[in-house]
Amino acid sequence: MGGSASLIPRDLLSEYQELTFLSKQEILLAYKRFSELLPKEERENACSARVSKSQILTLPELRANPFQHQICHVFSTSESGDDSMSFEDFLDMLSVFSDSATSDIKSHYAFRIFDFDNDGILDRKDLEQLVNCLTGQGEESQLSSAEMEQLIQNILEESDIDKDGTINLSEFQHVVSRSPDFASSFKIVL
Amino acid sequence: MSQPPSITLHVPEGSESDGQEPSPDNERALHTSFHQLILEQSSLIEAGLELELQERGRESPSHLAIPDACAMAWPEPGQGEEHPSYSSASLQILASMPSRTIGRNLGAIISQYCNRTARLRRQCSRPPLQQLCRMARPSLRQYDLETDPTRATLEEKRRLLVKELLSLSPSQCSHMLLTMPLSLAEKSILRRQLSGRRGPVRQHAHHWSPFSPCGWSKVCVSLGCRGLWYRLLSLLRTAQPGHYALKQIGGRFGSSVLSYFLFLKTLLMLNFFSFLILLAFVVVLQAVYPTASVSPQPFTGLELLTGAVTMESSCAFLQGYFTHSLLFYGYYSNVTLNDPCTSSPQGSVCPFTAPLLPYNLPLAYLFSVGVSFLVTCILLVYSVSRSFRESVGSSTGDLAIKVFCAWDFKVIQRRSVKLQCENICTQLKVEQLGNAKPSDPNLASALSIAPLGPAVLQWDKTLLQTQSGFGSSAAALLQELLGEQRSRSHSQSRCQCLGHCVIMLLAWVLALGSVLGCVLAVHYFSEHMHMVQQGQQARGSGRLQQEAILLVLPLVVSLLNVLMPHLYNLLAMWEKQDSPVTQVYVAITRNLILKMVILILLCYHWLSRSVICSTEECWETCVGQDLYRFMMMDFIFALLDTLFGELIWRLILEKRLKTKQRPEFDIARNVLELIYGQTLTWLGILFAPLLPAVQMLKLLLLFYIKKTSLMRNCQSPSKPWQAARMSTVFITLLCFPSFLGAAAFLSYTIWSVQPSETCGPFRGLETIYKSGKRWVLVLEKSNPNITWFAWVYQHLLENTSLLFFMSVALIAVIYFNIQVVRGRQRVICLLQEQIANEGEDKVFLIQKLHSVYEQRHRRS
Repeated sequence: MGGSASLIPRDLLSEYQELTFLSKQEILLAYKRFSELLPKEERENACSARVSKSQILTLPELRANPFQHQICHVFSTSESGDDSMSFEDFLDMLSVFSDSATSDIKSHYAFRIFDFDNDGILDRKDLEQLVNCLTGQGEESQLSSAEMEQLIQNILEESDIDKDGTINLSEFQHVVSRSPDFASSFKIVL
Repeated sequence: MSQPPSITLHVPEGSESDGQEPSPDNERALHTSFHQLILEQSSLIEAGLELELQERGRESPSHLAIPDACAMAWPEPGQGEEHPSYSSASLQILASMPSRTIGRNLGAIISQYCNRTARLRRQCSRPPLQQLCRMARPSLRQYDLETDPTRATLEEKRRLLVKELLSLSPSQCSHMLLTMPLSLAEKSILRRQLSGRRGPVRQHAHHWSPFSPCGWSKVCVSLGCRGLWYRLLSLLRTAQPGHYALKQIGGRFGSSVLSYFLFLKTLLMLNFFSFLILLAFVVVLQAVYPTASVSPQPFTGLELLTGAVTMESSCAFLQGYFTHSLLFYGYYSNVTLNDPCTSSPQGSVCPFTAPLLPYNLPLAYLFSVGVSFLVTCILLVYSVSRSFRESVGSSTGDLAIKVFCAWDFKVIQRRSVKLQCENICTQLKVEQLGNAKPSDPNLASALSIAPLGPAVLQWDKTLLQTQSGFGSSAAALLQELLGEQRSRSHSQSRCQCLGHCVIMLLAWVLALGSVLGCVLAVHYFSEHMHMVQQGQQARGSGRLQQEAILLVLPLVVSLLNVLMPHLYNLLAMWEKQDSPVTQVYVAITRNLILKMVILILLCYHWLSRSVICSTEECWETCVGQDLYRFMMMDFIFALLDTLFGELIWRLILEKRLKTKQRPEFDIARNVLELIYGQTLTWLGILFAPLLPAVQMLKLLLLFYIKKTSLMRNCQSPSKPWQAARMSTVFITLLCFPSFLGAAAFLSYTIWSVQPSETCGPFRGLETIYKSGKRWVLVLEKSNPNITWFAWVYQHLLENTSLLFFMSVALIAVIYFNIQVVRGRQRVICLLQEQIANEGEDKVFLIQKLHSVYEQRHRRS
């Protein structure tokens, strides 16, 4: 284990503990998993290194997820827009998907994950893309355009409270808050 | 900066601060004033927009990810679909509305949380006077923040937020910081600013502070220890019992099957607490001071060995060795461990009861059972209330919820992900079908493509697969089924309706009749077995044979418990319930009725001592043994069920039928079996204090066996399963018939059944309850200072009026809560109306804005 030599500084660890929903053990485990993604020579300073998106997506927890690109995109703070992740971004992601995160914060990030074009609202295009992600890429499992149209119409009717044709964050959170299963399904265990 | 240049509504301040809404008369005036305002502001807005776009380019693109997302996205023609007539400028304004920026923009999030913090602060302390007028309308206050040019930059906003946060208490502040949807880097900037402002005094509160001198001085020494400690911690994390297994299950089968295992874990925890209490106060003491009177039969290793293998000798082993062991009631003595506090071993115990009082084993026995029930009750009520809170307000038929909350992020296996996709797809199609009206032109096409009614879905899964291949015969069949379903849901003829009702009624009559039959069978069978047993005893046949007879009744009961659910499944298939959810509920109800009625009959037999345990000297031990046998049999049948229902069935499906299908894990039935086992444990806790330990062992084994079988034999469930709601139902079932029933049984036993004369801690008493009474008298005599205790006991505990008042108070509290909930519902309705109105206003304003631009466009 090359990663075991380097440790998170104590003050950083406590800071992470204060700012995320993770326990000390979870942070350490995350650190271990993160440094395993790095090449050997970079493991010494894993706290400041960045892992490329393709590398992040090799994690078994994200590998099969249809929203993997969006998740990387939402949590990455990369300046260049290549969706690479630093350790802090990684922790951020785990914190939001952790057991103890509030459903408020979970729904906020869920909204951003579902907001594919990143314009702050879920419009018809976002919904279509979302449904396509949910139903998978297979030919037979795709919905036809008429069905899709109808489905999106129904979704908008149900959740667009102010009738502006799009779903904004608070409307989304309102819908999600009515589902007891959301908090338990919006979870990734490392 | 990135915050939206919104319109500052300089509505005449008077009307706002008066708190009056403008009357409908001057509504028109207000509208025109808006119009004026928009005209005035539009030039400003444009300047602001340009500025914003420039700024946004410079801002760290992490949150916008694509810089100028809105600038790029909005002018696209495709985006204009919803408002096809709007110009790009008005669309830009739309995009920068606060409700939209909050979902993507760092600055907007910070401002929102700033406002929230301010609101929180106002709750704790009285606000300064100047803010009162702003308080009147938080939305206006937000506008202030958004538009005030002096607070334009992100840095400023951050400063403002820090200022607001500083006014909170440290714990509130850290919680606020924790719950902000900001990136960790952003949060740590805020935290640094906070700690910088807060100064060393407040810092002191956090013992782990990075700035504490202690931490720095010991850095070198602690580094090595820390490394070790961290490694240990991460080891602990991975070695946490069941953690990895649960992750595996969740990763493959999703939340639905996981809920079964979580339920199992809850049961394990409940049993652990009961076990701990009984172990500490009764079992250990009895083990330390064993009764010398009974010499246990010699225990040979062979007995244990064979006992583990064959049933007969397991029984023999049970009867012979276990009868006089800590496992059962009969072994416990009624001694009082006297010599208070003089001999050292009791010294630790005696302060528990009362100073200078001996340790009274019967009392300890009674209290331990009582306390363990109390603890279980509290834990159960707590988990019921928590799960109610989680699942309250959920609605079923919502497409939006289905879409937004459908994805289970825990599922990580590729195959399972694919299955989940397919399931969601079929669910959406079915839901779609239910929602659409028959006259809808879209439906025609939808129907031809996805002719899948819920009945079809649950009826046969293989049909679903043939359907995806669009086989002609299958398609025809599906069309037919579809027509049937359509007619059922829309134009159900009276005859069909009647037929359906008759079938339902018949199914219920059959189900209840079968329950009655089962109960009668168990009753007569137990009587018959009693006769046989007496005959055997009279003839003096071998011990082994006698013990084997004892096992027959549990065997029959367990057999019924295993076989009847399958009969009910057949019934369900016949009656064809409309929705899978109703089907599950009906199955649960029938199974529950069966199990409860059989248990009630058995309880009756045990307590009346007419058939079972009638000839025994120590009937409590006999009942305890009986319960132990039932539990063991239940476990064996659970194993057999796993073997045949899952393993053999899979082999048949794979080898014989050559399908890729695998059996599905029946969550409802399995959870009900767990509830049944737990009920047995609770019933037996008085007669066999170590039964929770046995149950714990059983649950642990079951956990790993079920997990292994699941991983090897099963596929993820195809039916929609509302995990949260179902676990609420199950925990309620565990609480209501199961726990309360067991508590009632035990209370009856304690209050009005005479314990055995010759064995157990309560020998020679009229009822078990009398031991408590006697103790109070002893207490009163031994120490006159605590006569009040006896008084309290006599006047409060024995008095029924207290119970009456308590229940009245409870009912009053419940009534009060119901009223509160009703009031809240009304408020919610009003708020919803208000939101709808606001939405109309918004549309109106958007249109106005658009017309303004139109005019300007035409003018220029």
